[in-house]
Amino acid sequence: MKSSLIKSTVIFLGLFFLYFPILVLIFYSFNENKRVMVWKGFSLRWYNELFNNEQIIEAFIISIKIAALSATFATILGVMIGYSLVRIRKIPFKSFYIFLSSTPLVLPELILGLSMLLFFISLNNVIGFPSSRGQLTIFISHVTFCIAFVAIIIQARLTDFNKNIEEAAMDLGYNYTKVLYKITLPIILPSIIAGWLLTFTISLDDLVVASFTTGPGANTLPIVVFSKVRLGLSPEVNALSAILMFALIIIGLFYFYFNKKFKH
Amino acid sequence: MKNKLFEKYFVFSPYFWLVLFFFIPLAIIFKISISVSEWGMPPYQDIFLFDNGFKINTTFENYVYIFSDYYYIGSFVNSLILALISTFFCLLIGFPLAFYIATSNIRLRNILLVLVVIPFWSSFLLRVYAWKIILQNNGILNVILLNLGITSEPLQLLYNQYAVIMGIVYTYLPLMILPLYGYLNKFDLNFIEASKDLGLNRIKTFFKVILPLSVPGIVAGSLLVFIPVVGEFIIPEMLGGSDRLYYGKILWEEFFVNRNWPGASALAFSGIIILVLPIVIFQILYSRWSEKNEI
Repeated sequence: MKSSLIKSTVIFLGLFFLYFPILVLIFYSFNENKRVMVWKGFSLRWYNELFNNEQIIEAFIISIKIAALSATFATILGVMIGYSLVRIRKIPFKSFYIFLSSTPLVLPELILGLSMLLFFISLNNVIGFPSSRGQLTIFISHVTFCIAFVAIIIQARLTDFNKNIEEAAMDLGYNYTKVLYKITLPIILPSIIAGWLLTFTISLDDLVVASFTTGPGANTLPIVVFSKVRLGLSPEVNALSAILMFALIIIGLFYFYFNKKFKH
Repeated sequence: MKNKLFEKYFVFSPYFWLVLFFFIPLAIIFKISISVSEWGMPPYQDIFLFDNGFKINTTFENYVYIFSDYYYIGSFVNSLILALISTFFCLLIGFPLAFYIATSNIRLRNILLVLVVIPFWSSFLLRVYAWKIILQNNGILNVILLNLGITSEPLQLLYNQYAVIMGIVYTYLPLMILPLYGYLNKFDLNFIEASKDLGLNRIKTFFKVILPLSVPGIVAGSLLVFIPVVGEFIIPEMLGGSDRLYYGKILWEEFFVNRNWPGASALAFSGIIILVLPIVIFQILYSRWSEKNEI
């Protein structure tokens, strides 16, 4: 009896610690006062101002566009890696392949951002492209560090499911391509969706790599938010936080749904 | 039987992308880190010179410069200490949570796990920002402390290293809990009952049974927290003060403020060698090893 009390307390305190800051943020987003910390009364004023803030709206659209595109590319390439690592025996320089596909996971973002920026500058010196940095260079950088996340999810899923199903289908006369499209792909589809949702969120949330690789006309949402709250507080960002956190948590729930779908 | 062309396409499309956009950029960092710096644009000399015949123009000056100046070494050490302390607190909070979630009944377990990880999905930047609000001079924590009579005037909670640790532990906690839970979840809880039946008390059970079984989870979780924290830039920038400089900030300023590209590249490349390489090598050896044992 006593140990179950300790258990409930620990879990309650842990969840409180995780959710308290989020609730504080949402609470203050309804504060009428321009001075964030002084409560003046409940109001939707800052939500209204948020939707009329062109800078934030524009940044939001840019971020969504980059996130959707880079998640799509990263998912396609990540699925290829995950499939190759589990199902294809002969990969030239396999250790190098594993190195390339797993290092972006552990490399600090700052180093990745710097290397991408210096790469784009050097590339421009050599072939005259990209002449200026912007949405395209952010997109390329995001794809590069998102691939690894998809690869891991797909690899886990493919290791999990029985290879015999594929072999049985082949014995029944399916050719390689048909097995891939009719058997393998449908089985790993939930994981592919999960991978897309994860990389979409990672790209949407990235500040450091985007700061290095951004250019004129490519202020993503985190860049704008960071410039607003680096030195102080912003009531508009409070309102944005509440909306964004809600949306991202919904995406997170979908991720769990798809990732767990075929586990049991 | 197998479609070879198809396999080639699958292996080489991502291979090509990653060599071009990941490996070459890393190689460029290395190249610039051994270049001679100069005033100009770009602020370094080419490593191959062709005037007066072919000459290789490299230097280790930039590394010597970094490793002999306390400003750089000191901030790297600060970052390592910060990462160590933060990892410790993540473990301290994360372990009991992961353990109790793993020992809950299966339906509750899944709900709790989702509840723990969901905050991780909401924006990183905004979760750090939330702490900025909490730790303000007239923020919620100070109000509580004042009302409880613990302090008589608001404490300066923001813009110091403790606020940074707080922010890091908060944002990285799920990364500790997930692998811990993953391993704890695997083992049969009858172990605990069995050790109790054999007469071990609670503390002995923990140290002799539970802890040894969760070592792989502790290692995995600690690495997931430790490495990114060493390179962390946003949290010290938002919550930290000028009391301590960290590796991320130094790297950022060396590049954007001092415009010393070779110096910044040398800092970045040293970071790769010290932090990332050991883990990547371990991972490759491990995956090759498990592959061999499977056959």
